[in-house]
Amino acid sequence: MMDVLLDGGLALSLPFLAWLVLHTEALSQAVVLFVAMGLMSALAWARLEAPDIALVEAAVGTGLTGALLMHTLSWTEETTPESHTRATRWVWDILAASALTGVLGWAVLVLPTDSKGLGPEVAARLADSGVEHPVTAVLLNFRGYDTLLEIAVLLVAALGARAVNPRTDRPSLETEDDPLTGELFRMMTPAVLLLAGYLVWVGAHGPGGAFQAGAILAGGGVVAILTTRMGTPRMSSRRVRWALLTGPLLFVAVAVAPLFTGGRLLEFTPRLAGTLIFVVELALTVTITLVLLMFFPGARPPKVEPEGTP
Amino acid sequence: MSSWVLYALSGMAMFSVGLVGLFAHRHVVKRILASNIMGSGVLLVLVALARRVPSGAPDPIPHALVLTGIVVSVSSTALGVALARRISRLQAAESDSARSRPEGS
Repeated sequence: MMDVLLDGGLALSLPFLAWLVLHTEALSQAVVLFVAMGLMSALAWARLEAPDIALVEAAVGTGLTGALLMHTLSWTEETTPESHTRATRWVWDILAASALTGVLGWAVLVLPTDSKGLGPEVAARLADSGVEHPVTAVLLNFRGYDTLLEIAVLLVAALGARAVNPRTDRPSLETEDDPLTGELFRMMTPAVLLLAGYLVWVGAHGPGGAFQAGAILAGGGVVAILTTRMGTPRMSSRRVRWALLTGPLLFVAVAVAPLFTGGRLLEFTPRLAGTLIFVVELALTVTITLVLLMFFPGARPPKVEPEGTP
Repeated sequence: MSSWVLYALSGMAMFSVGLVGLFAHRHVVKRILASNIMGSGVLLVLVALARRVPSGAPDPIPHALVLTGIVVSVSSTALGVALARRISRLQAAESDSARSRPEGS
């Protein structure tokens, strides 16, 4: 009974929160509601027995996206200009959304329910994959292409974000005078490092892995940007460039290596698979952390100074 | 009704709300939020479908796809925010120069 109430409440609250996000006038309220929605969906994913996804959602989907959107608000106007003129249209919005939900829901509900899915196949090959956790096995062994290309997507997005806003914003000087935030960061750092290290290591046996660890490290990095004098990493620095390339280069090397010994692309020999996956995950953690950190544009929003003013 | 059906319907509703919002709003932050909501809806449907098999553990393949999806969606959001920031900077510079020109001439 409790389960049904919990599931029903969550399932109802998610679209409702989504609707609120899009229909509140103040943008800061919308972003706060969006973060709340992300936390609720992390809860939903925990209920659906997907702890890996719940972890990533809580850290990346909600934490970092929320921080990015909050930062966005500092340079945009607070209320949307069209919000008061379109107050009468929300009935039509609800009608359109319900009709669409009905059609899509029907399409899913008529799916055959006797299909076993790919779960049994993954379970049958799990022993050959070198890890014990099925999601990690799928990500880094059975469907390694996806993860390799995903890293490429991350790199391209970081390059694009940096290309349109090449200047990093220097940290403001007043943060160093604040004893509380600096102390918070000093106290937090060991815990963040320990947690991230544990998540990489545990990825082989249970929920965890490079994405979760990278997200948590990047979260710590955002706190560092906001509270200490550390700026966003600069693309012009050689060290930053090499760190960005650690994951992709190592992954490509591991993927290509079997070609020289008569194997196929991304084929891991079962004996070495566990070690290789761990090394690749460590390298990916470095890249993911840095890419996610570079998305965050810096401590201070750039104030556009009117050029003509004295 | 098993719980995956509830979550799948909830995901569809999120997707629909996001799609309608994407067309209804013109403000760039609202549009970024709407596309994020649509993405969350799709991912929720995928995870719910992974639970469709009545017995045993959920299907790990959709889980891996959704993990990839979340990371890709945060990078698309970051790129969108960066573009929006650039646009607002250019617009501000343009309106400033438009304002200062009549005075100067």
